[in-house]
Amino acid sequence: MSAASRIVKYEVSDVIRSRWLLGYTGFFLLATEGLLRFGGDPARALVDLTNVVLLVIPLVTIVFGTMYLYSAREFIELLLAQPVGRPQLFAGLYLGLTLPLSGGFVAGVGIPFAARPLNGANGGTLLALLAVGVALTFAFTGLAFVIALRCDDRVKGLGIAIAAWAVMAIVYDALVLVLATMFANYPLERPMLALMVANPIDLGRIVLLLRFDISALMGYTGAVFKQFFGTGSGMAVAAAALLGWIAVPALLGARTFRRKDF
Amino acid sequence: MIEITGLSKRFGRQHVLCGLDVTIRRGRVTAIVGPNAAGKTTLIKMMLGLARPDAGTIRIGGRVVGEDPSYRADIGYMPQIARFPDNLSAAELIAMLSDLRTGGNAPNADLVERFDLGAHLTKPLHTLSGGTRQKVNAVLAFLFQPGLIVLDEPSAGLDPVASSVLKDRILEERGAGRTVVLASHLMTELDELADDIVFLNDGKVGYAGTTHALKLQTAQLSLERAIARMMLRGAA
Repeated sequence: MSAASRIVKYEVSDVIRSRWLLGYTGFFLLATEGLLRFGGDPARALVDLTNVVLLVIPLVTIVFGTMYLYSAREFIELLLAQPVGRPQLFAGLYLGLTLPLSGGFVAGVGIPFAARPLNGANGGTLLALLAVGVALTFAFTGLAFVIALRCDDRVKGLGIAIAAWAVMAIVYDALVLVLATMFANYPLERPMLALMVANPIDLGRIVLLLRFDISALMGYTGAVFKQFFGTGSGMAVAAAALLGWIAVPALLGARTFRRKDF
Repeated sequence: MIEITGLSKRFGRQHVLCGLDVTIRRGRVTAIVGPNAAGKTTLIKMMLGLARPDAGTIRIGGRVVGEDPSYRADIGYMPQIARFPDNLSAAELIAMLSDLRTGGNAPNADLVERFDLGAHLTKPLHTLSGGTRQKVNAVLAFLFQPGLIVLDEPSAGLDPVASSVLKDRILEERGAGRTVVLASHLMTELDELADDIVFLNDGKVGYAGTTHALKLQTAQLSLERAIARMMLRGAA
């Protein structure tokens, strides 16, 4: 077993016993059960869940990830004084948080669905929803780690984390809409595509809405995306960009961690 | 033996260490002392590889402190603040460090008994008092009988009984030929333990030598007064 997987083992044991994770899993369990029970058919519940997932996962993950790294600061120093390399320790901390958070989400949404019969199409959509949720967990944990490692002031770091979430989850769409209106007379397809790729939450939304094939819900950017790539390749491009959003913050975090003075 | 040559470190505009040259001898207890912001913690962190030097080198047992973490297999570290994962127990923490140090000395947790920690071993660490967590912190530092033990304010938060146990252990380690590096504000504690003193002031070595010679040099009977004299000289 590598040093990283040994660290993951203990970090996971710590996180899965935290009240945060229990609350997080419970929230998805209740939300999914409620939507399935009172919201009509599973297809409708999946559309409603999409909005919950796209809003809640980035917020909880970025806040929890930042706080997790700040509160582990002294323990990280103790681990760094052991014969363990920094890349292994970073991998251990990163996976030690992303795996339980992803597990909590998958269990919270998956269990109520597993208790009911699902047709093939809804089953596929559920899998896409779970995949996007897990991808966002990894992407926003990476961002949280970059913020917490680059900013030693805890209050400021938490402020930046919440601001980053607010920009990507709320302000961004409004900004895109304003730009689209302002430059309505210009060919906007390519700039719009670039703007979409620059926001992991938008990418997650596109993957899921292309899957639902509800163009009315896709908004301007989603419609452009579908028109430009078609459903199949559109999903592939969005998914690849989402993977980039996992890789870049994780690598940036690992680089910062390797060079940081503790 | 620890050989430090030309060690410099800057944080922003502040020069924390300025071309430090000092040797810490094997098999002795060496105290790093000095006024606040003299660079004590930075020096300790650099020995452990937690901070990187801007210039200069640190050699521990002949090996240059750098990217390769394996030299730390022979180091035990007790940080000033004992904060651990909330939901793990002390027993799990001991198992974790044992897992990370495969191939070294087997863990020797006799301090658990001497600190009377047995009943607390399986409780989540967040339920333990600050003093009990500090005892766990000490257990971890001595666990693998390392050749070099680095202690940062070790008595902070310990009751007199636990503090005595810890001091006895430090002296036993020295008796076994191990090197102990200690940073502490408690001069009475250092007077009891330290063979050698490294006095830092403004990032430079103000004095490096035996405790006895420092007292002679400053014509003081206690270490506290000798250090105070050094600080006043430094300020003058």
